[in-house]
Amino acid sequence: MQETLQNIIELKDITRIFDDNGFVAVKDFNLEVKRGEFVTFLGPSGCGKTTTLRMIAGFDLPTKGQILLDGKDISQLPPNKRPINTVFQRYALFPHMNIFDNIAFGLKLKNLPKEEIVKKVKRVLEMVDLEGFENRTVSTLSGGQQQRIAIARALVNEPKILLLDEPLGALDLKMRKEMQLELKSMHDRLGITFIYVTHDQEEALTMSDKIVVMNEGTIQQIGTPEDIYNEPSNAFVADFIGESNIFKGIMTGKLKVRFCGGEFECMDDVEEGTHVDVVVRPEDVILTAPEKGTITGVVTGVIFKGIHYEITVESGKNEMVIQSTRTPKIGEQVGLCLDPDGIHIMIAEDHTTRFTASVTADYQLEFNEEILHCDLTKVIPGSVMKDGVLKDANGEVIDPSLLKVDVAIEPGDIEMSDDAEAGLTSGKITNLIYKGDHYSYVVRTDSGNDLIVDDEYLWNMDDRVGLILPEEKMTFTLHK
Amino acid sequence: MKLQFSRKTLGIPYGIFLILFVVAPLVVIVSYAFTNGTGRFTLSNLTGFFADPNTLGTLLYSFVLAFVTTCVCLLIAYPVAYVLARFHWKRRSVLLMIFIMPMWINFTLRITALKEILTLIEGNLAFHPFLNSVIGMTYDFLPFMILPIYNTLEKLDGSLLEAAADLGADSVQAFLKVTLPLSVPGIVSGISMVFLPAMTNYVVLDMLYNSTYIMGSLIGSYFSAYDWHGGSMIALVLLVIICLFTLLTGRDEENARGGALL
Repeated sequence: MQETLQNIIELKDITRIFDDNGFVAVKDFNLEVKRGEFVTFLGPSGCGKTTTLRMIAGFDLPTKGQILLDGKDISQLPPNKRPINTVFQRYALFPHMNIFDNIAFGLKLKNLPKEEIVKKVKRVLEMVDLEGFENRTVSTLSGGQQQRIAIARALVNEPKILLLDEPLGALDLKMRKEMQLELKSMHDRLGITFIYVTHDQEEALTMSDKIVVMNEGTIQQIGTPEDIYNEPSNAFVADFIGESNIFKGIMTGKLKVRFCGGEFECMDDVEEGTHVDVVVRPEDVILTAPEKGTITGVVTGVIFKGIHYEITVESGKNEMVIQSTRTPKIGEQVGLCLDPDGIHIMIAEDHTTRFTASVTADYQLEFNEEILHCDLTKVIPGSVMKDGVLKDANGEVIDPSLLKVDVAIEPGDIEMSDDAEAGLTSGKITNLIYKGDHYSYVVRTDSGNDLIVDDEYLWNMDDRVGLILPEEKMTFTLHK
Repeated sequence: MKLQFSRKTLGIPYGIFLILFVVAPLVVIVSYAFTNGTGRFTLSNLTGFFADPNTLGTLLYSFVLAFVTTCVCLLIAYPVAYVLARFHWKRRSVLLMIFIMPMWINFTLRITALKEILTLIEGNLAFHPFLNSVIGMTYDFLPFMILPIYNTLEKLDGSLLEAAADLGADSVQAFLKVTLPLSVPGIVSGISMVFLPAMTNYVVLDMLYNSTYIMGSLIGSYFSAYDWHGGSMIALVLLVIICLFTLLTGRDEENARGGALL
């Protein structure tokens, strides 16, 4: 009991499926937020972060799951019954009211005495550094000032949780930096729990106690900013947070990993022979003379970035981005070194595509109205084809309608084509990550399945591609 | 030489139109209003207007009729506009069209149809002149009330309502404190689109075989009796009243519109 109360809010198995199109916006979302924490939902647009926030606020109801506030389920309560306030992306200040009436809106609804309302409004205006703004109209304020009023209007109700939906998105860079620090110090002073939504990884790293990285409706990683940056749990997080080089590698010994044609020492103890994704941050790569490097490469690009140069080095088929204050010349041979703590190992997920095909009356595999050629006698041990019927080891006829076969194919064996009709199935590219010598794509088929495809050529997000699955590369097993 | 249009030259066609159809008639009306049959200056038309109980009575009656019509239009139009604008309809434009479509049907045909329906229900139209006038004008002017209200409600930022709910307002409170005040510009322009024509548009009433006399019919009767001077004075007085009214609501509308822009 003591332990649950330490958490101000808990989200349990939250799933949100939109009724009109069946789109799964959030899937199996589990999160515990401690009292007074600054939690940030971070992810690209459409990852479900705002939907999750809206479910906490009450503007959206979860299809499944519970939201526990202080241990009580509030997931079906309307927003006006929740002790939670929101700072909206475009402020949503009431244009027909002056600043005082805007801030006092919530207090007036609670029927507080007039003097108390005046006092509270004054105090919260001081807190956001806008004393004496009571009688101003909304239109006379700058974007930054409107933002502060929006924060004041939420805070004056003394919410248990303050929700902030990309509140700094509409401000210019300088203003945004200022407000980030201000929000952070406000959070430290007030001790209210903040839940913040942003797609800006730098903002998340600057402000948060805890970051929840999301993609396509699911949580990718939960952790402190340091954890997320230094120990990304998968290629998506590594790619999304900060600049990174991601390579495919294999463990070659205790604390040893081989990638980019070199063997490096690392700090992650992963079993020998495991396929891994290796993340290398550009600032962790050390440029040396060619003979001193673990691997060597040719400089192909140098861009001045102010405090450092961004240098692109090609080593064999791999390309690595490096940040350095040294300025090698284009075409120069350089050596590349890495400290063990500059190498982050992630166990590569199983990216094999699997689907189940049915069997036609004449014992041929069928998937998506296409015939796959497969020798069923090899799939079912001891079976033989005789007089056009398949008989098992005991000589009994196998009914094709009861038979199903699992088909598996590796990401590197799938080919993509411009012609959507060319292959067994087709889909849209929903994600891509550069992995040094090839791109790893996620292709969502029309039936809603995600396929992982490796391809050395660059395709664009949202490209429609046909997926050619060569039969000779498929492995077939009997569906249980 | 290149042919060039300055902004001024582009204004010439409208300038001609303005002089021919706005300024010139106005001058004619004013000059007729303040002269008698022999062309001499006189104020007798003006004093005659205010001395004649019949004229004043008609003015008051027109005002009441227009007021009632406007209220009925508002009461019908607001809920319709609200439901159309605030709820997620799959074919919102089709639904809106159903309410706007009468405007596309020939006026004569529309009113004649209404007349037949009313005759069927009431038997003799002469029994309920006021009621029939209100029904006829409401039928004719309703789209002009729905459209501006629908437009303001449709543009209303949904996040304002979410903000209201977030701050503790239930749906009734959110409507009264946010939706309604922010739809005032639409209401005001709807009122001025309905009230002013309702004061003068006697064609609807005429077509309904209506004995009701409003300002428009009064002017018409003066002109058909060849009393150009008396008729012009009534038209002028009405014009002044309408100008005053427009100024008043115009200011309100400006305030409210300013509010909506914030």
